[in-house]
Amino acid sequence: MATTTSTPPSDISAPARPARRSARRRGDGRFVLACLLPALVLFVLFMVVPTVNVFRMSFYTWSGFSPDMRFVGFDNFTRLFEDAQFVRAFQNTVALLVVVTVVTMGMGLFLAAIMTRQRLRGRNFYRFVLYVPNVLSVVVIAAIFSAIYDQQNGLLNGTLRLLSLDGLQQVWLGNQEIVLWSVAIAMVWQSLGYYMVLYMSSMASIPEELYEASGLDGASPTRQFFSITLPLIWQNLRTTLTFFVMSAVNLSFVLVRAMTGGGPDGSSEVLLSYMYKQAYTNSSYGYGMAIGVVIFAFSFLVSLLVSRATRREPLQF
Amino acid sequence: MTTITTPRNRGDRPKAGRVLTYLLVIAIALAIAVPVAWVLLASLKQKGEFYGSPWTLPEGLHLQNYIDAFVTARMGQYFFTSVLVTLLGLVFVLAVSVPAAYVIARYEFRGRAFIEVALLAGLFVNVNYIVVPIFLMLVGWDRALVDVLPGGFFIDNPGVLSLVYAATSIPFSIYLLTAYFRSIPTSYEEAAALDGASRFQIMTRVMLPIARPAVVTVILFNFLAYWNDFIIALTLLPGEGKTLQVGLLNLMTAQKAAADYGRLYAGMVIVIVPVLILYALIQRRLIEGMSSGGVKG
Repeated sequence: MATTTSTPPSDISAPARPARRSARRRGDGRFVLACLLPALVLFVLFMVVPTVNVFRMSFYTWSGFSPDMRFVGFDNFTRLFEDAQFVRAFQNTVALLVVVTVVTMGMGLFLAAIMTRQRLRGRNFYRFVLYVPNVLSVVVIAAIFSAIYDQQNGLLNGTLRLLSLDGLQQVWLGNQEIVLWSVAIAMVWQSLGYYMVLYMSSMASIPEELYEASGLDGASPTRQFFSITLPLIWQNLRTTLTFFVMSAVNLSFVLVRAMTGGGPDGSSEVLLSYMYKQAYTNSSYGYGMAIGVVIFAFSFLVSLLVSRATRREPLQF
Repeated sequence: MTTITTPRNRGDRPKAGRVLTYLLVIAIALAIAVPVAWVLLASLKQKGEFYGSPWTLPEGLHLQNYIDAFVTARMGQYFFTSVLVTLLGLVFVLAVSVPAAYVIARYEFRGRAFIEVALLAGLFVNVNYIVVPIFLMLVGWDRALVDVLPGGFFIDNPGVLSLVYAATSIPFSIYLLTAYFRSIPTSYEEAAALDGASRFQIMTRVMLPIARPAVVTVILFNFLAYWNDFIIALTLLPGEGKTLQVGLLNLMTAQKAAADYGRLYAGMVIVIVPVLILYALIQRRLIEGMSSGGVKG
């Protein structure tokens, strides 16, 4: 490579050493601007401005369409705490977050560990199948689960009838007591494969010698999992956990929106779906945006807490 | 060493545990495969076949469901809208993200650190939080332009929808591309500059081809995001020209009222099959891109 630097530079257009960070060429500024501007304009217009608007509008009452807009300070927020439906949506969101996170992460880790450690035959095939839900759209998943849960002719009730277990038949999406569980199952179904694949790839980078050495010392697979695998993928686990909170808040919304519409009678309402209901159907735009601010703050806070609570000294192999 | 210890280890493991592991993995794989396969099969059933046992195979190939879905339920037309919006969105996002990512990775300029932080923060802003303000902003623009364009321009416009898609995936795309551009040695650009290539040529002819893996990853993830989205499409295309996902949502609502399962299942198959084919073709790349490109919710 040294030979290229020794050749004389074609110094008509390029004085000194071009394309280096230190040496700026004339016209760099215009080029940078031309490259940056379109992306920045779109970013500001469709992401920054709307985000700022969410926060700003939460201090107003506005129907969204009329010119009548009034500043009310923190009124929208104080009203939230007296709103039984909001409290319910909040509880549902927290319940879904806890249940789905624990189940998905636990099963994902466990499956990834046995797939990588036990060298199951055909594991690429299983990985292929388990990842499928992640490429399907939420509408499709909602439709699939509506078909499974269908009261008369669904897969679940139909099978129970076939096995003469009619007593176990349920109105899976119509019963206030179980609808949240039905949604939780669909959420796990959707995200399990994604996290399993993620953990599989980080577990695959752990050196084999560690397992061999501990195996010779008589460590059981369970012991190996907790003493080797888990500590070594901890950083990865932390990152996914932090992101999982945000994506679960979202997934619960899109799924609820497509599958139950928050019903029956608000029993499967989650924070984001309640925000939509307020902002559109009810035309209390400002109130809806106050809910949006609470969701922002909530998911940020949870992510922060998770990240704090899981902080460990990073281990290297 | 490995050749000796590995088989011994495997022999030591109790047989029952291994069988149990297989059973568990197979059960979970079935829990995912069966519902999907069931929908594929059910889409070929006639109306009468939906009552009774759900486990019977279809008696014949009842393709009328597909004709109903494509023509009567307009899934054919929606399919076209989805393809158009997705392609346009990809074109937009690449056209703005590749140059921006390149100059962020390679040029020193004032405010670069600030822009990077702002884009990074943008990774945490989910579209679902901001769809309502976007919608009202577009409605406002339409109202302001009512004298020039009485029919409205921004709402019910597939082009605007794809622009919004592109805009909301800018942080992710730039993040991924910048990281990749930074990993490329500068010697390529130096050589090209010595040969008299312009800045633009260096970017498009030299750097872009080298960054192809990152570009492909960006295309894949954004394709899935655009194709599968329904919240933004539902909001910004309230009129006749819907996307496939919104069309399917309508079929679901209609089925609840009329118990017309065949048409719904056929509609689902129309939505699922293109994605499944794509996934089967590129699954290795997708999974690699996922583990290398970091986490995306």
